[in-house]
Amino acid sequence: MTKKGYFGPYGGRYVPETLFPALEELDRAYEAIRADGDFQEELKVLLNKYSGRPTALYHAERLSDSLGIKVYLKREDLNHTGAHKINNALGQALIARRLGKNRIIAETGAGQHGVASATAAARFGMECTVFMGEVDIARQRMNVDRMRLLGAQVVPVSSGNKTLKDATNEAIRHWVAHVEDCHYIIGSVVGPHPYPSMVRDFQRVIGDEVKEQIMAEEGRLPDALVACVGGGSNAMGIFYPFVDDAVRMIGVEAAGHGIETGEHAVTLSGGRVGVLHGSRSYLLQTDDGQVIEPYSLSAGLDYPGVGPQHSFFKDTGRVEYVSVTDDQAVAAYGKLCSLEGIIPALESSHALAHLEVMARDGRDSLVVVNLSGRGDKDMDSVRPFLLGEDKR
Amino acid sequence: MKDLGIFCGKKAVIPFVMTGDPDADTTVKLVESMVEAGAAAVELGMPFSDPLADGPVIQEAGQRALASGTTLSSVLETAGRITERTSVPVILMGYVNPIMSYGFDRFAKDASRSGVAAVIVPDLPFDEGDELYDALRAQGVTPILMVSPNIGDERLAEIGRRAEGFVYCVSLLGVTGQGGLHQGMKEYIERVRRHVSVPLALGFGIDGPERAASVAPMVDGVVVGSAVIKAFNEAGGGPEGVARGAKLVGDIVSAVG
Ligand SMILES: Cc1ncc(COP(=O)(O)O)c(C=O)c1O
Repeated sequence: MTKKGYFGPYGGRYVPETLFPALEELDRAYEAIRADGDFQEELKVLLNKYSGRPTALYHAERLSDSLGIKVYLKREDLNHTGAHKINNALGQALIARRLGKNRIIAETGAGQHGVASATAAARFGMECTVFMGEVDIARQRMNVDRMRLLGAQVVPVSSGNKTLKDATNEAIRHWVAHVEDCHYIIGSVVGPHPYPSMVRDFQRVIGDEVKEQIMAEEGRLPDALVACVGGGSNAMGIFYPFVDDAVRMIGVEAAGHGIETGEHAVTLSGGRVGVLHGSRSYLLQTDDGQVIEPYSLSAGLDYPGVGPQHSFFKDTGRVEYVSVTDDQAVAAYGKLCSLEGIIPALESSHALAHLEVMARDGRDSLVVVNLSGRGDKDMDSVRPFLLGEDKR
Repeated sequence: MKDLGIFCGKKAVIPFVMTGDPDADTTVKLVESMVEAGAAAVELGMPFSDPLADGPVIQEAGQRALASGTTLSSVLETAGRITERTSVPVILMGYVNPIMSYGFDRFAKDASRSGVAAVIVPDLPFDEGDELYDALRAQGVTPILMVSPNIGDERLAEIGRRAEGFVYCVSLLGVTGQGGLHQGMKEYIERVRRHVSVPLALGFGIDGPERAASVAPMVDGVVVGSAVIKAFNEAGGGPEGVARGAKLVGDIVSAVG
């Protein structure tokens, strides 16, 4: 039997004592809401009427034709605020309200989780503070403006690489100091127990819907599911309901400038087991146990850790983890724009890029890709590649 | 149970410094001077890239130490040099990841060989700590547990049953160097005493002699980290910094005495 809060040897609660009471309180609330029909119903209504779920499962015909395999896109980009992050933010805001906490904090990389948290806070009349690295503030300006418009305070983080890892450090430090009146909405399936399980349960709506939709469209389950992996929430959300089915699952990490350059974020393919942000999982670290600053053009994948359940799935082999470089992701971004009229998030473009490999190896003929978010936010990042002077 | 020999009638003043900030030789000198100034034990920080329980002063000290090439091996070596030169107990404090990476058994053996008396790992609560803490005990090194003002009675009682050496009482809800003390300090410490029989050291918010004097009557010792590092670093982190850090420790020793 695995210890509570663990997935095999991964997970746990590696946090200072100060956070224990809050995690225990949260764990009790999480256990209670799982069996609470009223809570689940309220969340469902919010997801449907406010966020626009269920999101479409769309047969991307021209993309399919170009690849020679049948590809469906799970359109999480059509969610209110433009990414899957809202599924979790709404769920956790409801939990915060149940805990009597009127202040929420969040970390953000791409800004999508920050926007989702700011949105949920506005919707529930809560105060919201979002921690964001200075590098990410510069490359995701539009989302910073959105958060501010929604009434959130955006706190720039200047430590470390000034990206998602550092924003998470600062959010945890703030939480330690304000733990009694503040709930921390972690944005992925990372962090100490119960976060990895709780965030997964709020995101599994993606996979639950896919299952119904693909049965209706195709009368069978897909051969494979593909999703990008930063912390791993959109991937876990689409994978989890299929864990016991004969469906291949592929998680795509960000190889940045290429694994061989050392500038990447391939935690599962290139990391060693360690502890970061409260749980034991694979981690990009030096021989001396210092965390390595990761790199990806995509802010949402630029993280040296990964959710503990993914580490478990890597070891058991249930999920295959592969990687895609910046250049490949940008090419996939451009391709979806031109073939389907859909601008994907750079994060999701990593999953799309892996389709090229799948088309070549020809193992799977029916594939569902989690299109975790939309790409308007990434204009500044892709402009030099796709809209340069010579490419007009 | 082992007595660490830190709490001997007088209130213990325990300074925390970051090993290798800015280099190992300076750390050795700083520690020697602080011991001369009356420190009852010293805590040596093991630098980590992502110190979640620390405020800016200790974060930056850790960054300087890492920038100068400090590793867990070199910390253990520096600790060995210090225990050869001084008689007060040396305590290592740092985060779990570098220790896990080094190997728990190997770390316990090397810490013991360096004469280290105790180890504090703020992100390794007892629930997750058996592997390291058992390895340390097997080598005669004492694992130190922490408590915080918001801890529940049940958990406090469990820590009371497991505590060895002393218990590190975090003085506020927050990170190191934040300043300020928990409002119900007296009730907090009384509550800890009801469950814990080993000595209590208070740390995190002790910013100088005045505050140290105000809390000393309640506890058996105080830990002073950010304030010492700040004094040391603001004076340039060299010989003048060593003198200033040691002077602050001396002032605190007089204030609590
Ligand atoms: C659109 C989108 N997809 C994916 C991610 C990566 O997160 P996760 O791996 O938790 O889904 C992010 C994070 O910001 C995102 O905004």
